[in-house]
Amino acid sequence: MDAARLEPRVPASSADPAPLLSGAQILMAALRAEGVDTIFGYPGGAVIDLYDELARSAIRHVLVRHEQGAVHAADGYARASGRTGVCLVTSGPGATNTVTGIATAYADSIPLVVITGQVPTHLIGNDAFQEVDIVGITRPCTKHNYLVARTEDLARIVREAFHVAASGRPGPVLIDLPKDVVNRRIAHAPLTDPIRLRAYRPNYRPNKNQLRKVLALVAEAQRPVIFAGGGVIRSGASAELTALARRIQSPVTGSLMGLGAFPGSDPLWLGMLGMHGTYRANMAVSHADLLIAVGVRFSDRVTGKTDAFAAQARIVHIDIDPTSIRKNVPVTIPVVGDCRLTLETVNQMMGAEAPDGLAAARRPWLDRIGEWQRAHKLAYRQGETIKPQFVVETLHRLTGGRAIVTTEVGQNQMWTAQFFHFDRPGQFITSGGLGTMGFGLPAAIGAQMAFPDQLVLDIAGDGSIQMNIQELATAVQCGLPVKVVILNNGYLGMVRQWQELFYDKRYACTRMDHQPDFVKLAEAYGALGLRATRPEEVEAVLARGLAAPGPVLMDVLVEREECVYPMVPAGAPITEMLLV
Amino acid sequence: MTAERHIFTMLVDNEPGVLSRVVGLFSGRGFNIESLCVAETIDPKISRITLVTMANPPVIEQIEKQLNKLINVIKVRDLSGDDAVKREMALICVQARPEHRAEILRIVDIFRCKVVDVGLAHYIIEVTGTEGKLTALLNLLRPMGIKKIARTGTVALLREPN
Ligand SMILES: Cc1cc2nc3c(=O)[nH]c(=O)nc-3n(C[C@H](O)[C@H](O)[C@H](O)COP(=O)(O)OP(=O)(O)OC[C@H]3O[C@@H](n4cnc5c(N)ncnc54)[C@H](O)[C@@H]3O)c2cc1C
Ligand SMILES: Cc1ncc(C[n+]2csc(CCOP(=O)(O)OP(=O)(O)O)c2C)c(N)n1
Repeated sequence: MDAARLEPRVPASSADPAPLLSGAQILMAALRAEGVDTIFGYPGGAVIDLYDELARSAIRHVLVRHEQGAVHAADGYARASGRTGVCLVTSGPGATNTVTGIATAYADSIPLVVITGQVPTHLIGNDAFQEVDIVGITRPCTKHNYLVARTEDLARIVREAFHVAASGRPGPVLIDLPKDVVNRRIAHAPLTDPIRLRAYRPNYRPNKNQLRKVLALVAEAQRPVIFAGGGVIRSGASAELTALARRIQSPVTGSLMGLGAFPGSDPLWLGMLGMHGTYRANMAVSHADLLIAVGVRFSDRVTGKTDAFAAQARIVHIDIDPTSIRKNVPVTIPVVGDCRLTLETVNQMMGAEAPDGLAAARRPWLDRIGEWQRAHKLAYRQGETIKPQFVVETLHRLTGGRAIVTTEVGQNQMWTAQFFHFDRPGQFITSGGLGTMGFGLPAAIGAQMAFPDQLVLDIAGDGSIQMNIQELATAVQCGLPVKVVILNNGYLGMVRQWQELFYDKRYACTRMDHQPDFVKLAEAYGALGLRATRPEEVEAVLARGLAAPGPVLMDVLVEREECVYPMVPAGAPITEMLLV
Repeated sequence: MTAERHIFTMLVDNEPGVLSRVVGLFSGRGFNIESLCVAETIDPKISRITLVTMANPPVIEQIEKQLNKLINVIKVRDLSGDDAVKREMALICVQARPEHRAEILRIVDIFRCKVVDVGLAHYIIEVTGTEGKLTALLNLLRPMGIKKIARTGTVALLREPN
């Protein structure tokens, strides 16, 4: 029994006494005030009181099978819906199990609030049972984190945490809640004063002088390219981006994180940029005289050799986080601001009418891009075996391109990026920055919670899917009809590809000689399991799986040694592509 | 690109864990810390950190931006220019052989520092000044034999306009 529970210290009451509330009750009220309707979590001793309160609240709880799954699910929920994802886990191992998920969200700037239980304050530092310094552990992979020392601080910290997570450059925030802080009862009145974070004021509004310079560069440019990234999706700037591209007749490429920010079916779309980008995107950026980069961070997977990257271009970089600007590449015009506000202002300043002759002036550039397009299309050779690219193409066709798609990490992820053409933001959910295998299935569960009526697909590898396969039980228990399609090549395919291309085919430890029978495994979990082994079976199996009511695992035995092309060897200029 | 020495001064929330956020930023991103001073300001809720680092200009720019990004860092300033007063303090324990004692005291006098502890075979000298002054003093004392030294690292404040 907790001492704190027996002797609540009540502050002297004023004329109108606020009701006595426990920390747990204050937390639930604070979460409701933030509009939280879903929590992904896993209980334990340090949070048992919170769970007791949660079960009585209107908030839905998704019981995962591993805390890493809880964080990825909250992350998938956030990416699909644009809202902040919330997790609740116990102290010690519960908390450490969240670290990979938190780092994944941090790398991709996803808003999460992760609540961890902690041992009572008087035991902190004593190596108590299930005590870890989770605030210390997660300091480098959270946007901010808090140890709540007093029940009186709880409501304020929760509000601050949600504000910090979702504003500016979004990111995960962790709140560590000692058990006595949760149990203590205090006189609590709802917060009325505004958030006071004197050192945190993200700059949304761009500097107009900078934008005038941008307009001047745009007017001069003969060979512009717009490069859209995750920031466009985070800020909901797709409409503004699309309007700008059409207005200035500029082709658009995207980072992996930017797929869906611009319609993949638009004639101005170039496909993805970078290591596994399309030939035309990489060539266009390398020959552009103006690169308008919006909400991107110029990752090494995008730039290849930085000295050679967009070497002929002046670069405009719009980003809300000043640290993203000039971190990896030099920039001609930096613009610190929110993508949506900035593009909206640019569009207003420019006016809707294109100058006479713009279309004609742009013709040579667009024609040249058309030539690159014809020279090397994304392609693969059909054969006796099932080609993974064909599976992705078929999924795109069967779903009308409308599904929400998550991926695991590796070749499956790159083929999805290349062959499933995303038309809207939030439709493609993938771990780009950390590249976390095991992300896709729990993320699909989170996305399905956000959109119960949409088709949610996880395109998986046989290696990755086993990293969080236990979440199939979560999907079955919650009746979430996620569809998993395993591109089963019996290898850790992306690593094998590197070994094939750069290590003389020495396949050190990448062959998975023993795999479970995925069909039986699905059945053991209470899901439907299906398998395709020959090309002619693919369509029927996928169609059947997609139409089935509950969760489905489709095991598609694909060509074992297929490679993802184009590929730019790490550190090479992006014009040096290995092609099919 | 050549590395430059920069002095950053920052006001931070005086809360547990804040120093570790600042230091963790440097270790995690491979930035270097030459010296670091931390203490409360007049306002007990706020501490001042003075930090000296060496890096090339783009990295210096990143360091300043990354520091500004920390939620507990209220204000950052680069005080590398001449418009700031910079001081460092050191306690130097120097061997004081009979034939050196007078010479050491003469040096102490010239540098306007103080002897704060005397023994049969040592002096402890307290010195405050610019980094240049400390270096000059150390160069003069080195031949006598420096037994131990404790330096504070630089603290700095922007001069007020006249
Ligand atoms: C196997 C593998 C291969 C990969 N290959 C490629 C590849 O070929 N090509 C590729 O592109 N990626 C690839 N990636 C992904 C890569 O690692 C990065 O995750 C990705 O390039 C980063 O995308 P981004 O630049 O859009 O940045 P994000 O990580 O999405 O960052 C978003 C940027 O937008 C800013 N921002 C956020 N919110 C706002 C706002 N409201 N307003 C303004 N700015 C905002 C942020 O400050 C940040 O700078 C690969 C990953 C894996 C695992
Ligand atoms: C947690 C984790 N461990 C290791 C890696 C390194 N890694 C990147 S891709 C990959 C292979 C993935 O294999 P699989 O899931 O079968 O997908 P495929 O590439 O075959 O499509 C590995 C091991 C990683 N990204 N994440």
